[in-house]
This record gives sequence, structure tokens and C-alpha cells, in this order.
Amino acid sequence: MSTTALNAAAMGAGAPAPLLAVHELRVSYAVRHAGRLVRARALDGVSFDLERAGSLGIVGESGSGKSTLARALLRLIPAEAGTVRLRELDLLALRGAQLRRARRHVQMVFQDGVAALDPRQRIGQALEEPLEALRPEMSGSQRRARVHSVLARVGLEPAHLERYPHQLSGGQAQRIGIARALMIEPEILVCDEPLSSLDVSIKAQITALLQQLKAELQLSLIFIAHDLPAVQRLCDRVLVLYLGRVMELAPSDVLFRAPRHPYTRALLQAVPVPDPRIARTRRITPLSGEIPSSLAPPSGCVFRTRCPLAVARCAQEVPLLRHLGGSEVACHRAEEL
Amino acid sequence: MSAAPEPLLRIRELGVRYTSGRETVDAVRELDLDVAAGECVGIVGESGSGKTAMLLSILGLLPAGARVGGSVRFHGGELLGLPPAHLNRIRGSRIAMIFQDPMSALNPYLRVIDQLSEVPRIHGGLARRAAEQRALEALEAVHIGEPERRARQYPHQLSGGMRQRVMIAMALIGAPELLLADEPTTALDVTVQAQILTLLQELRQRTGAALLLVTHDLGIVAQLADRVGVMQGGHLIEQAPCEELFEHPRQPYTRSLLAAMPRLEAPA
Repeated sequence: MSTTALNAAAMGAGAPAPLLAVHELRVSYAVRHAGRLVRARALDGVSFDLERAGSLGIVGESGSGKSTLARALLRLIPAEAGTVRLRELDLLALRGAQLRRARRHVQMVFQDGVAALDPRQRIGQALEEPLEALRPEMSGSQRRARVHSVLARVGLEPAHLERYPHQLSGGQAQRIGIARALMIEPEILVCDEPLSSLDVSIKAQITALLQQLKAELQLSLIFIAHDLPAVQRLCDRVLVLYLGRVMELAPSDVLFRAPRHPYTRALLQAVPVPDPRIARTRRITPLSGEIPSSLAPPSGCVFRTRCPLAVARCAQEVPLLRHLGGSEVACHRAEEL
Repeated sequence: MSAAPEPLLRIRELGVRYTSGRETVDAVRELDLDVAAGECVGIVGESGSGKTAMLLSILGLLPAGARVGGSVRFHGGELLGLPPAHLNRIRGSRIAMIFQDPMSALNPYLRVIDQLSEVPRIHGGLARRAAEQRALEALEAVHIGEPERRARQYPHQLSGGMRQRVMIAMALIGAPELLLADEPTTALDVTVQAQILTLLQELRQRTGAALLLVTHDLGIVAQLADRVGVMQGGHLIEQAPCEELFEHPRQPYTRSLLAAMPRLEAPA
């Protein structure tokens, strides 16, 4: 049974349709390897739902497919197979003007706020641009009014509109990145590592801002991050990816309390604990090795080459996502964790 | 009571000033810091706090426009103002450095074995064969699998975590008494970061080297450091034994850093 079918069964009849339904999404890249063009599978059969005003965290190491997923959802890269439905719209099938209209609903916040902006464009102009492109019916004064109201929402001053990107601090640039994504009133905000390049105090501020925007605007969030504590604070569900496959999908409170997949547990244990007494006394065995190449994924369970629980079966049989204690988990030995 | 013995590293009234055009920036101001033999001192601060400038000044690695004042003594001998030839003798053998980005610290044109064996050949005067043997032992010490094969590869053929291990191997190969580390795990995934932190702990126990570690991450300091200093605006505003700093931070800035520190609410 597929994940979405499982979800539907779990929710029972009459449950509201999700805002976004991703089903068996598959993406591969053509790469040159040993002089030949080969396909590297970056995402393999990823399925999940996003509810209206819900927030989904996507975690996993570099190379797990997190950013590929974000880019495929926004049609910035092509998908090989699968469907992405935004209510009744089949996002992967849209072309031209239809696709442009659909883009109003889903917007992206990038990792590096400054790099995502045109260095020669003042901030005011950068904020008006999405309106010019996607809301042509708005007049100049309507656009400027919208710019001012969004600017206030992200905690910046009108004076910032006259600045150039290089004149902003890292935190301000990320606020502008968020403001720009909010200009056309999207329903879904996809944030790709929005905290990675920020100092700890600024990270905390941007996390709080996203939390506040989500509540005030009833925004749905897809939040891709290395920073698990921020995911815990912001997201009501979490998707754990490894080498393009879903390892675990669970409500935040379940996943952080009782991870069901050995990979999820390893990720949680690797987060440094800012308390010397705990940090020195707890016994953890860090996950060995690194994520394998997507050109040569391991047979069976892709995680087995680093998994402390791996047995012969794991090399032969791909574990399917199944329900276990409030989580969906893809592991033959999840009960033993 | 007798006078306190000279620590391994003794920094007094260190100042670093950058000048560009008419603008001057004091990156480090009147900083005093001691590192005892075998001790791990963690220096925490945000971008622009001066922590990296402080670290780079110790081995004379600051850019040309920087003016350094004060005193940095290693084993009682002054390092500041030493002629480059003298500093080179200390760098890599008695004091070694681990950088954030191994790609910029490793030579992309040299195979791993060639860059690693350079240190024992130049500083230790070993012949090529013996130096290569030492290089292989160093790769084993940092737990690189298949060291013979990895040794013949170039840095770009290694993963990020493996490059970081190679750089640590290179830092340790001269058996230094003091390791300087600048954000050694910032560019890594948390899983690989946990591996590298465990490795640093293990190597410190085995070699007895002192470690002066600069980071923005209080979680790393909590795991590794005996003492912690907090930098803000070029000043070392507070320093204390690790547990004391976490339990009784005196400065409001330290308290705000601790409050902003990301933590999981119920650690696994």
C-alpha cells in the first residue's frame, strides 16, 4: 500500500483533502561518470501530504535529496515520475501561463538571503518585482502599499527599501528573502536551509519570525533544515530522507520523543547538547561513514551500510513505509529499536 | 606559595587592528588568555567577535593589512614578531592548525600521502620511505578506512568528512603540543560532526596535546572544553571552567548566547 493510501486509511472517510499531496515523486540527474552519462537517482518514490496551515520539516544529511525535493516541488527542476497535487491542480502537468498562475501559491525562501537578490537592485524594487510579474492587475500605489505592509510583518523599516543587498546584515537579508516570498500571498512557503548561514542569536530570531508568520497568515510551511532543534520548534510533522528515500514520516512530538528508524535516532543523537554534564556523560556511538553516492545506492535498504541494526534481510529486501506507533517507518527492524 | 609556572601558551594584551583606507577596525582588544599543557580551551563568539583573528594571530597567519600588538608566548618564548623562518619551524611541528574548510587548507595538486609526508620530511628530517610510513600511520590514527588506497588519492576525491580527517592527520603528524582549531566542524553534517568531535576527544587523550578551539557552537564547547571564553566585539568578556560558565554565566551576553543555543527539548 502506498503512503498516501495509508494516510487516507488512517484518517478515515470525511477527512479534509490535503493542501498539497506528493505521490511517488522521482527525480534523477544525468551526470558524467567515468566518461559516460549515467542517471543518478536523487529522489525515489517520495510521498507525503501537507495540510493547510500545517508545517512539514524535511531532514537528512547533505546528499539525502532535501533540496532536490524543494526544487522539484517548485518545478525548478523536472520530475521523472510521480504527482504533486495542489488541491485539484496537478502541478507537474502545468505549462506556460497555468504554471505561472500556480506559482503564486508556492514560494521559496533560499539559504543565502543576499545571494538570492540582484546586487544592483534596491530592496524596494526587489520586493515589487514579484508583484509586477505575478499580479499585473495591481497598480503602482497598491504595490507600494503591499511592500510596506509585508516589510512591517517581517520586522523591517521603510528605510531598508532604499538599501542594496550588500548593505544588509545576514539576518536582515533573510527577512527580505522571506518578505519577497510573501509578497504575492502564497499558501505554501518552502524554506530551503533558511538558517544555515546565520549566527545563533539571528537563527533564533528568524525561527521565531517564521513561527509568527505561520500563525498569523495561516501559512503552510515546508522547512528544510539541518538544524533539528529548529525543526522541532517549527514543524508539526517531520520527513526523514536518506539517499532520496523516505526513512520515517511522523508527527514532531512522536519523532523527537520516540524515533522509530535507526537513522532518525542517529540524527537526533548527533545534535550537540549545550550542557557539559550531559554532553560528557551520555554514551553515544556516532553513525560511522558517510552517505553513499546516489550513483551506486546499496541494495535493499539504502541505509544498511551504516546501520547498526542491519542484517542479511536488509541487503535483499527494500523496506516499505509502514505504520508503527504513530510513525510511518521504512525499516525491517523498527520494532527492535 | 611559589609563582604560577608559565603556561604552554600565554597571551597578554593581544590587539589586532585591520586598516583599509581610512577605516580601522579593532578585531581583537586587550585580550589575555592562558592555555595550559594538555588543556582544551574553547572560545565562543558570533561572526565579527574577533575569535578567528585571535587564533590566526598566534601563528602569524593574519592578512598583510593587520597590525598585531601585545604578546603571545609559547613555552615562554615570544611568537609575535618572529621572523618567518622561525615561525615556520614552529608551525606544523609544535603548534598545528585545523581549519574550517579542508579544501582551502589542503593542496589540490598533491596526493594525500605527499602532503602528509611533507611534514615529517621537512620538520623531522625523515627519508621519503619513513615519512610515507608515518603518513599512513597518521591516516590510521584518524580512522580513515583503506588508508593505503586513500593515501594515493587527491583531496577532491575524498568526502567532506574524510578531508577533515586528513587535515587533522596532517595537524597531528608532527606531534604538536598545541592544536589550534577554527570552527573545525562547521561545514559538516551533524552526523559527521559527531564523528570528528569524538575523534578530537580521543586524539587529545592519546597525544596529550592542548587544544585551543574557536567555535560559534556552545554544544561543541560543552562536549570538549575544560575552560570556556566568550568573545564579543573583540573583547574576551568572560572566561570560566566549562561547567561553571554553563551553570553560572556572569555576563548578560553569555546568558543570551546560552538562551539562543538550539537544543532539542527531550534529547534522545
